[in-house]
Amino acid sequence: MPTFIKRILGLVIVVFLLVAVNAWMGREGLFGFGLPYYYAEILNLTGISIILAVSLNLITGFTGQFSIGHAGFMAVGAYASVFMTVYYSDSAEQWLTSLLGATLAQSLVFLGVIIVGALVAALAGLVVGIPSLRLRGDYLAIVTLGFAEIIRIVILNIDRVGGATGFRGRVPPWDGRLIIPAYANFIWIGGFAIITIVVVYNIVNSDVGRALISIREDELASEAMGVNTTRYKVIAFVISSSFAGIAGALFGHFRQFLHTNDFQFIRSIEIIIMIVLGGMGSITGAVLGAIVITILPELLRKLPGDLYGYRLVIYSALLILIMLTRPQGVMGAKEFGISWLKRAQRRPEGDKPIGEKGVPIAQQSTSPNLDQPKEIEHR
Amino acid sequence: MKRTLLALLLITTLFVSFACERRGGVTNGGGSGPILVGYYGDLSGRTSSFGQSTKNGVEMAADEINKAGGIDGRQIQIITEDDQGEPNKAATVVTKLINQDRVAALLGEVASSNSLAAAPKAQEAKVPMISPSSTNPAVTQVGDYIFRVCFIDPFQGEVMAKFSANNLKAKRAAILYDFNSDYSRGLYQFFKRSFESQGGQIVSEQSYTQGDRDFSGQLTAIRAANPDVIYVPGYYGEIGVISNQTKQLGIKAPLLGGDGWDAPQLWDLGGASLNGNYISNHYSVDDPSPAIQKFVADYKARYNILPDALAALGYDSMKVLADAIKRAGTTENVKLRDAIAQTKNFPGVTGQITIDKDRNAVKPAVVLKLQNSKFVYETTISPEGSSEPVATNN
Amino acid sequence: MDTFVQQLINGLNIGAIYALIALGYTMVYGILRLINFAHGDVYMVGAFAGYFLALSLGLAAAPSFLSLGIVLVGSMLIAAVVGVIIERFAYRPVRKYSRMTTLIMAIGVSLLIENLFVAQIGAAPRAFPDFLGSQSQLPYRLFGNAAISKAQIVIFLVSVALMVLLQWIVYKTKVGTAMRAVSFNLNSAKLMGINTDAIISLTFGIGSALAAAGGVLTAQYNPNIDPLMGILTGLKAFVAAVLGGIGNIPGAVLGGLLIGAAETFVVGYGHHIGIASTYRDAVAFAILILVLLIRPSGLLGSTVQEKV
Repeated sequence: MPTFIKRILGLVIVVFLLVAVNAWMGREGLFGFGLPYYYAEILNLTGISIILAVSLNLITGFTGQFSIGHAGFMAVGAYASVFMTVYYSDSAEQWLTSLLGATLAQSLVFLGVIIVGALVAALAGLVVGIPSLRLRGDYLAIVTLGFAEIIRIVILNIDRVGGATGFRGRVPPWDGRLIIPAYANFIWIGGFAIITIVVVYNIVNSDVGRALISIREDELASEAMGVNTTRYKVIAFVISSSFAGIAGALFGHFRQFLHTNDFQFIRSIEIIIMIVLGGMGSITGAVLGAIVITILPELLRKLPGDLYGYRLVIYSALLILIMLTRPQGVMGAKEFGISWLKRAQRRPEGDKPIGEKGVPIAQQSTSPNLDQPKEIEHR
Repeated sequence: MKRTLLALLLITTLFVSFACERRGGVTNGGGSGPILVGYYGDLSGRTSSFGQSTKNGVEMAADEINKAGGIDGRQIQIITEDDQGEPNKAATVVTKLINQDRVAALLGEVASSNSLAAAPKAQEAKVPMISPSSTNPAVTQVGDYIFRVCFIDPFQGEVMAKFSANNLKAKRAAILYDFNSDYSRGLYQFFKRSFESQGGQIVSEQSYTQGDRDFSGQLTAIRAANPDVIYVPGYYGEIGVISNQTKQLGIKAPLLGGDGWDAPQLWDLGGASLNGNYISNHYSVDDPSPAIQKFVADYKARYNILPDALAALGYDSMKVLADAIKRAGTTENVKLRDAIAQTKNFPGVTGQITIDKDRNAVKPAVVLKLQNSKFVYETTISPEGSSEPVATNN
Repeated sequence: MDTFVQQLINGLNIGAIYALIALGYTMVYGILRLINFAHGDVYMVGAFAGYFLALSLGLAAAPSFLSLGIVLVGSMLIAAVVGVIIERFAYRPVRKYSRMTTLIMAIGVSLLIENLFVAQIGAAPRAFPDFLGSQSQLPYRLFGNAAISKAQIVIFLVSVALMVLLQWIVYKTKVGTAMRAVSFNLNSAKLMGINTDAIISLTFGIGSALAAAGGVLTAQYNPNIDPLMGILTGLKAFVAAVLGGIGNIPGAVLGGLLIGAAETFVVGYGHHIGIASTYRDAVAFAILILVLLIRPSGLLGSTVQEKV
């Protein structure tokens, strides 16, 4: 238990450090240093993608449960937190400003609404997860898809959050903020990307992580070994959803405009492609996938006229090609780092190191059985 | 942990390498090179037919200007970016057009939601943006660099409400709108308000979403309410079918629509069932005026298809911009903004365009009757004074 | 009363289309345990195959039952070939991997088909030729205001005929027996000397042909076809298959009809029970979640015990 408390404490310290650094640097954040806006933009979007991909990897890559509604949870977090900012944060911010000054007050308010976004998304994850995670794997895929669609339609029905026009601030009656404040900058987004990576890394390398991986490898055997599979699946799913909610909250306060068209089915697919590309069950792989998938479409804009029209075709053909040649993803379940490079030098054949010093056990057993032919089950 | 750290280091390096390019000025002020104009729209998503039409109109206008010697000897160069119909991508591509390509002005988007996402970027960088066809009032409220050359929803909704109350003597109206489109919802809302203030009654309100295959459920419910007219402020893709299914259900009440109906494909989809319906529009393809006939003929020759309203608006947005650049004598942003704002009685294809103090286009609307695959001119309804300031987000 | 009957006719009509598409989902799932995401796009491909076939053969100018028949059969054949190609080159190579891999592959194929069509022919809607002339002709009046159009009658009759034909193939022919054997246990079927690869190809072919029939028939009622038309319809048909009990053929038909009717009744009568008609598209998915909560195996499905 003490480690648990220590970790929570560590997290709290990191978050407040973030708040302090942000307050010190002011609204422009890192971009005070002269980064071109376009690159700054892509950088921020990449950070948000990293949070989404790494968190989805926890449920899909490590636990083996296929969710295709991650954008739905992102939407829940985004709308919930922006709703709070627009309609309920005014007085809190004024009061805090009188105590602490404007920048620190803003940071604290933002932290507050991010937590709201995370909690609401976690709640949504719980509601969706409990029924579907009792069932066989692919039901989760269908239910998450349906859930994301329902969320979209519900949002379109709420005029207070802009309906089909999109949410950019208060809506008559004129209370609350006129436009969504641009709270999110790269300190927040980058900071939360790091927090996500660290949290998921620690979960995967804990006893919970081992239980999750055992579920992915063989759910029935895992259950037979006394793992409460439904409980662990729900835990993983709720954590994953709450990080999607955080990503949504950051996105809303970065973009200052929310519209359901940004949270459609295709967005969920994009996040899946990130972890498929990077490798399911690899944190660094997910990070790599998030970077490539966010930057690649921007690079493809440079394609000449004719090819430009076909870039989405190339994009989907690429996905098929990866699945045909390396269904476990480019990275597979491997993490990469200095030691990985060293090992790659020593063993060009690339056979698996087992029990090597400094390599966490969980890392060795994270290889999903994707690369081995799996017998189609009997029924 | 070491690995995670290394991964983070790698990302940071990547980001820093990104940061190595310099940030420069914003506009391509004077100079004698080509005038760069950014166009952004949906070229590959669900609404890509709208984005493509607008792009055709913009490019044709730019070519005409260039063939006639450009603006003060400078050629216009259009830089096109695809936003896939997603607001988030619209904001990103506009950031690119402004900061990487250094465009002097922006043209786009069709959908108000995409314009609303992108407009703050243009406003922040102080680059003038003209939306060809975003009709939601909120778009130009973003700031003093954002303009449009189309109607706003309140005006067009009001036009049809007046027409049905005064000319068609309708007392009971039903509405069938596209739930997913803020254009359709805007027209619906303002039609309803105006129709009720004229003493009419809305007897049924039904909705669909773009891509629906069947509307008979909604239409059957509407039939049960027995309306005099049915207002269907949607896009042409669904209208042909709605019109057809209306007749199939034996509903006699005419359908009323807006400029979203105007596309050559409408006649293929709806056929004879469209006869006797009315729309409000900017102009009529069958208008005998030489300017319009020349536009229609040139467009037909160039793209082998008749222009729809979006193509005409795209064309006009480019022409209005070119006119303003010419009058300003520069592409410097403040002067260009002021020149666009001073646009008065510009003879566009879609009518005489005057930009009002809210940076919206003020121009009369025509009501057209649909008859034998043609839009037949019925009447013109002019805006009353200056449009009342509409402050709404919906 | 006539409004109620009319809504019932509307609901069953759209439901018949859902059912035709749901059959393909359910057959493939029954055999491979694969949610074939590309199936909605095969439905779209079928509609476009019919469209281009009608244009190239000049049939659009000669509207008759015969022309419709030729286009229907032609597009069914083309779609069947497309389905078999998808199976052979995309699904078969990854069949031996986990379900997640095949599911992602299915999504990839679906995106590829959609993007290819948008890039090649554009997203603008096209008008499918009206072979029955029913769009310019008033429907047959039943009683009061309730009426049924020629297209609706044809859709219903052809759908029922195709479903009966499918039922006959699956239960009365040798091939059907093989299909059921493969669905029951792929490895045992292989040991019994059944060419399982051929049977799987055949299943994809039949499912795709049925989807294409749905595409051509619905285009008789609604001539608007575009490259993205399969997404929403496909999803709802899939929900219909789950509702009826995925893997179960009569269940898919029942599910399709129920989803179609439920959507129409929410539009017509939803406001009486506090559901705005704007929630219509959410109905199918809400039903799906309810079914999974109460009876995960669907209405007609049998509970499958997973073996170790």
